[in-house]
Amino acid sequence: MGLSNVLKLHFDIPANDFVSAGEASSSVKKTLSQLGIAPQVIKKSAIAMYEAEINAVIHANGGTADIEIDQDKVIIKIQDEGPGIPDLDLAMQEGFSTAPDTVRQMGFGAGMGLPNMKRYADELKINTEVGRGTTVIIRVNFA
Amino acid sequence: MKVREIIEILDAELLSGSENLDLEIYSACGADLMSDVMAYVKENVLLLTGLVNPQVVRTAEMMDIKVIAFVRGKNPVQNILDLAKDKGITVIATKHPMFIACGKLYSAGITGRGVWD
Repeated sequence: MGLSNVLKLHFDIPANDFVSAGEASSSVKKTLSQLGIAPQVIKKSAIAMYEAEINAVIHANGGTADIEIDQDKVIIKIQDEGPGIPDLDLAMQEGFSTAPDTVRQMGFGAGMGLPNMKRYADELKINTEVGRGTTVIIRVNFA
Repeated sequence: MKVREIIEILDAELLSGSENLDLEIYSACGADLMSDVMAYVKENVLLLTGLVNPQVVRTAEMMDIKVIAFVRGKNPVQNILDLAKDKGITVIATKHPMFIACGKLYSAGITGRGVWD
């Protein structure tokens, strides 16, 4: 990629589709790999995005993912029109979860989704409004 | 320890992905909650789980985990095996429960644990 080039990708995250959940993250992982990004950086990006994608599926009837990749970084924006997060500080604590049992039976709702995004992102921004939705922006630097 | 030795120790059946049989495994993670798995950072990991759904394969994919062992005699349906095959992930199944499966591998020398930052 040249200096000013930005690669943009867009994905729809389908609602309540637990089988295809993760396809957007998988596709971004593949793209980063084709661009020759370091495996450790790809892994951080993939895990952070996958947690956000799963959250959109289980909490918010799906949403959208917009990705921007330039020579220095990847920015992953996951947007939903779900219920929003009433207490973000609480939601950031490891182990805190509002997921119903049906979600836990699927292997999620451990209360590690947001903490994992924070763990792997170089910067995590969350804009959320109760009743309106949540936007998660994950930045991972390549160097 | 090679994947083929793990299969022997766990009395496991290889369900897909014979290309990884000689891969060296240094550590293992036993969990049914996938976000707990994703809090775990280590290379050449074996994932042992009693959870059987496509998101187990997705989680392994994101984490570059090449081998999944389903415990407690659970058998994944074909779409899970197809996804694993597509991602180059080996799937094995053992009748042993989680505790015994982990114990057998630990006794045999897989003592590596994950790293939390």
